[in-house]
Amino acid sequence: MTHTLAVLVENTPGILARVAGLFSRRGFNIDSLAVGRSEDPGISRMTIVVEGDDSILEQVTKQLHKLIDVIKITDVTRDDFVDRELVMIKVNTETSTRAEIMQLVDIFRARIVDVGPKSLTIEVTGYESKINAFENSLRPFGILEMVRTGKVAMLRGFKSITISDHQKREETN
Amino acid sequence: MNYSGAEILIKSLEAENVDTIFGYPGGQVLPIYDALYDADIRHILCRHEQGAAHAADGYARATGRPGVCLATSGPGATNLVTGIANAHMDSVPLVAITGQVPWSLLGRDSFQEADITGITLPITKHSYLVRDPSELARIVKEAFYIATTGRPGPVLIDIPKDVSSTVNEYIVPEELHLPGYKPVSEADSWQVVEAAKAIAASERPVIYAGGGVIISGAHEELLRFAELLMAPVATTLMGLGGFPGTHPLSLGMLGMHGTKYANFAVCECDLLIAVGARFDDRVTGKLETFAHEAKVIHIDIDPAEIGKNVRVDIPVNGDVKIVLKQLMNVLQPRLGEAWREKIQMWKKEYPIDFCDNRELKPQAVIREIYRQTGGDARITTEVGQHQMWTAQYYTFSKPRSFISSGGLGTMGYGMPAAIGVQAGCPGDTVFDIAGDGSIQMNIQELCTAVNYELPINVAVMDNGFLGMVRQWQELFYNRRYSQTKLFNPDFVKLAEAYGAEGFRVTKRSELAPVLEQAIRSSKPVMIDFMVESEENVMPMVPPGESLSKMLG
Ligand SMILES: Cc1ncc(C[n+]2csc(CCOP(=O)(O)OP(=O)(O)O)c2C)c(N)n1
Ligand SMILES: [Mg+2]
Repeated sequence: MTHTLAVLVENTPGILARVAGLFSRRGFNIDSLAVGRSEDPGISRMTIVVEGDDSILEQVTKQLHKLIDVIKITDVTRDDFVDRELVMIKVNTETSTRAEIMQLVDIFRARIVDVGPKSLTIEVTGYESKINAFENSLRPFGILEMVRTGKVAMLRGFKSITISDHQKREETN
Repeated sequence: MNYSGAEILIKSLEAENVDTIFGYPGGQVLPIYDALYDADIRHILCRHEQGAAHAADGYARATGRPGVCLATSGPGATNLVTGIANAHMDSVPLVAITGQVPWSLLGRDSFQEADITGITLPITKHSYLVRDPSELARIVKEAFYIATTGRPGPVLIDIPKDVSSTVNEYIVPEELHLPGYKPVSEADSWQVVEAAKAIAASERPVIYAGGGVIISGAHEELLRFAELLMAPVATTLMGLGGFPGTHPLSLGMLGMHGTKYANFAVCECDLLIAVGARFDDRVTGKLETFAHEAKVIHIDIDPAEIGKNVRVDIPVNGDVKIVLKQLMNVLQPRLGEAWREKIQMWKKEYPIDFCDNRELKPQAVIREIYRQTGGDARITTEVGQHQMWTAQYYTFSKPRSFISSGGLGTMGYGMPAAIGVQAGCPGDTVFDIAGDGSIQMNIQELCTAVNYELPINVAVMDNGFLGMVRQWQELFYNRRYSQTKLFNPDFVKLAEAYGAEGFRVTKRSELAPVLEQAIRSSKPVMIDFMVESEENVMPMVPPGESLSKMLG
């Protein structure tokens, strides 16, 4: 089972190394990890996608909580949430295939962000299965390069994951 | 008023009531040593930074107050690493301070630069690389708070030289702001209620007590709790002294070299109450069969320990001292006589004993140390057979009296730890029960003991072998004693060369008188006990086996 964790951390220099190190030394598998500033400049927000059953997830959560700079962890997978990933794909193009690729871009509501003589660079955002489908449909043309940001996620509706309600952080324990 | 970063550091340490630092100077800590020159803090110059870290660790375990060690950058800092890892594994409150190259040189592989915060990331509870002297006072305060609260552990503060030499204002930090750090104390009442129900329903409960009992100062609560339930108590190596070993309900130690009756009791109990313990593989043996008939209640301050190694039926997350009180508030006394009779029978049938042929057996030496100190000494150990015999034959009845490297199993821990213990508890009789292999790993610290007139007693169980490894070779590798036979120095002369007193005991008849003489001496003493060389530690659960399958 895949879980998506939203993790609020203090924006300190070593925090990424602490989190990444924890995963590797405890043998937890990270599918993806995305970090950036949250609405509060002192607080960074990580979205971590982990693979594992409930007991592994429990350990991941508890071990993360032991890091002094980790403030709050929410398993959004337990709730109604939206997730997105941004991907850029540089695909090989010939005059004969260009139109077909542009059509795919339309269908997937992707965007062309750069045009080269023999390539197109395409940006697409979306949830994982859409991105995978898009990648698969471009593969026959020859993918020259691909970069993915890793998933980011947010709860739907009025619910939010912020520090102000961090008293409720036990909710994931 | 303005102070250098180093002076701010010293002021902040004084504010934490630090009275002793164990350390070793060097280039990047020159400003700190300069500030120490006229500070009211005693500095003990160890002869190796590893010794300083272990001494600070021993000081902390004996006194319950945080230990502080100090080293320079690069090799000084890396020499601390084993000591920090050791403290981490056994949850010891340690504040390690290291010098670092100035910020302008950082990241350029400068002379004596080592990324010590990076190196120690997995073996510290938390760490800091100080950017500016204005942060120092707050960081020191946070470091002591984090090291000593919740589940204690080592915290490292890495201070670049420019930070310790730049002048800044000293502002006493106010309230700490650590939104991500909220150690628990009381357990949720539903957990207490569930645990109490399981206890009331059990017929054959066993209390499995670990180092958490000692750390939280819960020994009195544990005693009352056990007597209320009339439940037998098995302790881990780290838990020794957390429950009186002389008490009728005591099962002694459980696990690989535990007593048979402790292990049988765990195998047959219907309820296992783990109190501040972490289900280490040296305790559980084969996990699938460990306490397999029992419901498991796990009381621990660290939620991450609960459910880490074994399935737990009732988690109780809180400080064990408080949780035991919470439980006693809702529990009724009980008797459980049939169960106690059964345990009594095991105790009679399988006592912890050795074949005493009146030769100089290591077990006999330890019993004699116990007899002559009335069980009142503070005992440190190194790692190996002598450590296990100490656990088995010195009956510990007071918390903080057995000080040993449990989780990491660090040879070379015992003597520097004894120095820290003696520095923290000046009036007490302190013994390092050592092996002839281990003692050489930090032998240089004998110089420290002599230098600071710390009258520790080092009892070397000289079996001419890396005995514990030899035992495994004997049992599991067809007696092929690969690299375990030791060539040793003359320990008596060595002791004398360092300025300590040296004794040698070769016969059983010399044991009592020489020991008496050693204890009476006001100097550091080293006694070379020429014990039987191929004695084994028994009983023993072979690695990976069930606790019921004990040898010996
Ligand atoms: C630093 C370190 N290196 C290696 C070991 C592995 N080891 C465990 S016990 C032991 C033998 C210890 O010999 P000695 O100190 O003579 O004690 P004895 O077992 O003979 O009582 C060794 C080598 C260890 N625990 N620590
Ligand atoms: Mg030996």
